[in-house]
Amino acid sequence: MKKSLAVVSIAAMTMAATFAQGATETTKAAPDKMAVEQVMLNDKTPMGDLEIFSWWAGDEGPALEALIKDFEKTYPEVNLTNATVTGGSGVNAKAVLKTRMLNNDPPESFQVHAGQELIGTWVTSNRMLDLTPLFKEEGWMDVFPQDVVDLISTDTGIWSVPVDVHKSNVMWYIPENLKKWGVTVPTTLDEFFATAQKLKAQGITPLSMGQTWTAIENWENVALATLGPDDYTALWHGELAWTDPKVEMVWKNFGKLLEYTNKDASSLSWQQATDMVVAGQAAFNWMGDWAAGYMMTTLKLTPETGFGWANTPGTNGAFQFLADSFGIPKGCSNPDAAIAWLKECGSKSGQDTFNPLKGSISARTDTDLSGYSAYSKSAAKDFAQDKIVGSLQHGVVAPEAFMNDFSPVIEQFMSDRNTKTAVAACAELAESDGLVK
Amino acid sequence: MSVKSRKSKKIVYYVVVVLICFIFLVPMYMAFITSLKQRATINLLTAWKWPSPASSIGYKHAITKLAPYLKNSFVLTITGTVISAFIGAINGYIFSKNKFPGSELLFTLLLFGMFIPYQIILIPLFETLTRLHIAGLGGLILAHVVYGIPIVTMLFRNFYDQIPNSILESGRIDGATYFSVFTKLILPLSLPSFVVVGIWQFTQIWNEFLWAICLTSQKTNPITVGLSQLAGGQAVAWNDSMAGAIISAIPVLIIYIFLGKYFVQGLLAGSVKE
Amino acid sequence: MSNKKNSKEILYSVLILLPSLILVGIFVYGFIGNTIYSSMTDWHGMAENPVKNFIGLKNYKSLFTGIIMSAFRQDLVNTVFYSIFLLAGTLMIGLILAILLDRPVKNEGVYRTIFLYPMALSFIVSGTVWRWLVAPSGGLNAIPTWFRGKQGSFQWTSSQIQILQFNWQNIWKVLAILIMIVFLVLLIHSIMIHNKKGIKTHAIIAGILAIFAFIIAPFLPPALAVKETHGFNLAIIGILIAGIWQYSGYAMALYLAGLRGLSGSIKESAKLDGANEFVYYWKIAIPNLKPITMSAVIIMAHISLKMFDLIYAMAGTDNNFTGHPSIRMYTTTFRANKLALGSAMAVILFIFAALFIIPYMVRSHKERV
Repeated sequence: MKKSLAVVSIAAMTMAATFAQGATETTKAAPDKMAVEQVMLNDKTPMGDLEIFSWWAGDEGPALEALIKDFEKTYPEVNLTNATVTGGSGVNAKAVLKTRMLNNDPPESFQVHAGQELIGTWVTSNRMLDLTPLFKEEGWMDVFPQDVVDLISTDTGIWSVPVDVHKSNVMWYIPENLKKWGVTVPTTLDEFFATAQKLKAQGITPLSMGQTWTAIENWENVALATLGPDDYTALWHGELAWTDPKVEMVWKNFGKLLEYTNKDASSLSWQQATDMVVAGQAAFNWMGDWAAGYMMTTLKLTPETGFGWANTPGTNGAFQFLADSFGIPKGCSNPDAAIAWLKECGSKSGQDTFNPLKGSISARTDTDLSGYSAYSKSAAKDFAQDKIVGSLQHGVVAPEAFMNDFSPVIEQFMSDRNTKTAVAACAELAESDGLVK
Repeated sequence: MSVKSRKSKKIVYYVVVVLICFIFLVPMYMAFITSLKQRATINLLTAWKWPSPASSIGYKHAITKLAPYLKNSFVLTITGTVISAFIGAINGYIFSKNKFPGSELLFTLLLFGMFIPYQIILIPLFETLTRLHIAGLGGLILAHVVYGIPIVTMLFRNFYDQIPNSILESGRIDGATYFSVFTKLILPLSLPSFVVVGIWQFTQIWNEFLWAICLTSQKTNPITVGLSQLAGGQAVAWNDSMAGAIISAIPVLIIYIFLGKYFVQGLLAGSVKE
Repeated sequence: MSNKKNSKEILYSVLILLPSLILVGIFVYGFIGNTIYSSMTDWHGMAENPVKNFIGLKNYKSLFTGIIMSAFRQDLVNTVFYSIFLLAGTLMIGLILAILLDRPVKNEGVYRTIFLYPMALSFIVSGTVWRWLVAPSGGLNAIPTWFRGKQGSFQWTSSQIQILQFNWQNIWKVLAILIMIVFLVLLIHSIMIHNKKGIKTHAIIAGILAIFAFIIAPFLPPALAVKETHGFNLAIIGILIAGIWQYSGYAMALYLAGLRGLSGSIKESAKLDGANEFVYYWKIAIPNLKPITMSAVIIMAHISLKMFDLIYAMAGTDNNFTGHPSIRMYTTTFRANKLALGSAMAVILFIFAALFIIPYMVRSHKERV
């Protein structure tokens, strides 16, 4: 009996000890938000180890490898390790990265979506170097569109270098099939709903959708169409209330849209949703332009003849953008090599090597379009002239906390179509997850 | 029972068993035919169709990408399994044959460790291993050994419970000591249990993903991480992925095919009545 | 016998066990303590030296009463069904397979290997394959078409059908009724084996719970401000099938060993007494397999915690219908950067697993001592 008592008290004491240890370690003062550390440029030749961290593999692998080769030509003394972590659209990569960052073992540079995904997670925790000196030295302020620079900066600095640009408000279809069904490409939401009715009558699914994240992307396309670029941007700056009737209209339109989608959406990957269009089971698919890469490279279709594209209904004149980018975390072991990597990422040769292979377009306005596909050329034209707004699903306009909590809200909406609860939930999230300034 | 009805009973029996076998094999069939397809022909509508033409490109990709990780997996799994098995054996011996006041409670407290969801301890685990400067394969081995202690101890203890105490008593009378009872009497009888524990730990360690990906870096990744790289980023290459899954499952499958008999025997041994 | 155990040997025992005890002490109990502490702070964000303010049980309060946490509460309901059905399904199918193989049959090794091999796979691998099988537009739904039937229309993991619905506002009543049912079953069991003490205790507890559920509970304040429906999501069926497929072989191996361990003479004398096979198994063999069942339950409970891999591979992280606290904890920690909230979810999951196991361990502890 005595021994048992001893054992139980030991177990309890161990737990209490670590409990207490947790309590004593947190009394450091809050980090000074104004203490922004800028990147230090110098003339030394970069050398040594460079670890870059990304979730590009599989199809995107060749593009990254080409970029790395281009880098190694310019900086032969640097020993680059390409640490990729795939799976789960980046969730696993985030788990690995965050585990390392929490233990102060950062890689020299890591892939992150430009915008709030980076800012809300790493900048507000004061973990990144401000890249303004680098931008000035490389002349990037004149070469990246101002809208883009605005989306990747805060008052206190510029935080990452965009290496590619994707467009998320693209609608894909097979021209032959549309002719067969006697419909044309709709340009407004109302036209889309009318066309969808026609298609439904013929037994064709008007819009193919995949798992939840594709639904969120479709939601953002509807939001852009319903609100227009200015109100859309105002929403993310906390200047338009989530309870505003205009925003409620977005949910109403989205609910209408859902009636024209396939029932088994949540079990399909985005490629399987694209497959539905190619196979003639569905008419349209709204997806970011990596779908073009899939259709050209894997399904071997030719742009314009084999598949066609247009802006998602109601978004003409707007470019819903997302960008993969690289930044430099504080405390990495080889900041000079990291700077060299960023220079490569932002350079004309780097971007024009990487993007044709990846199926995206360059973020630079002086890009050389000769190596790009027919689709990319059209996207680049849009990028140069349209109003640029940020994507929600791909981390530009909202921080990760909001994204994570938005997912169950939209799922709930997809099953009960209750606009009131969705609006109320979003209003609460906007407040608690930092969207309202 | 007439000969005819006995025969028809037999037929019914075999039909049932074979039907169940088919059901069990369906997923492997699906994985196998997908691994032999070319990417462009993989879609849900033709999921059941046999590939024509069958292509080995999935396997070519899988083998080239997975080969470097194979060695890491073997080092990780074999080391972890061997260490686990011996710790389990000696702990099981003590808890079964050398009980002392409080040992039952200790055993129960130890057993509790089996019910930790492994995501809970991911962050403190990484922190601790980094502080001890043993991140990488060594740290991963340690993690698997520590979190395997409860279950291997339980398995060995259950096994040793079946060994009659009379064997130890007569051993003692013949002059055996505390330790030589273990080495000379218990260990030789333990082979079935080593097989069971070995197979169990080998499977668990070989197949584990989340710790592997967080605790090891590029060079030390085991095969489960390599497998997820095969699946790719935005566009999954299903043929590569299925081919890789089959390849990475082969070592464990071989163990089950050849040692499966001993697995059942191991679970059985010791329960033969005196 | 007891004189042989002198204090020197006890010292040896303790010393040999010490490393295991210390390691488990730190890596299990220590980390749990750490996580419990984190769950009571407001830790969020990726700062290098995070400021963690102690906030007591606020996180738990928001998990159980916060409006935006309704998905988490459904995850908890899912966990009950996941665990019960995985356990019951694996054990039942395993038992049936063992009975089938408990006879001299040609190529027994082949059959046994076929039933056992799924265990060799990782949940990620099998989950990926099963994802293809349960895709509504292909996979299993296509099977009826081979027999000239109509394509199946069950949406599997996309299914939004929910049965056995209840309102979370009545959660106390629901819980009381569930526990009462458990004790009623125990009561019936005690009556059947004429255990007077058991009859008394079980009847009293069941009675108290009934009074609470039907008389007291209606007067308690609602557990939640608004009506919130929860129930059994049919979407988890696909995942259960995959899990049962994978581990029923293990249960089969255990039961087969148990059945073979039953002395052959018992079987012979049962036959001589005129008992046919069914009676033999039902009345003699199965009751003797109780210790094996107990061992299998522990292992399967351990495995059900690893459901994360299976659910993740089959349904992804963003499916409310197949959700599980382990997945939500993962995304809350590593996507939303809310580490304290994630820790709270982890603690709840741990307590849940513990609740399942503690009564069981206490019982087997008593039986051992």
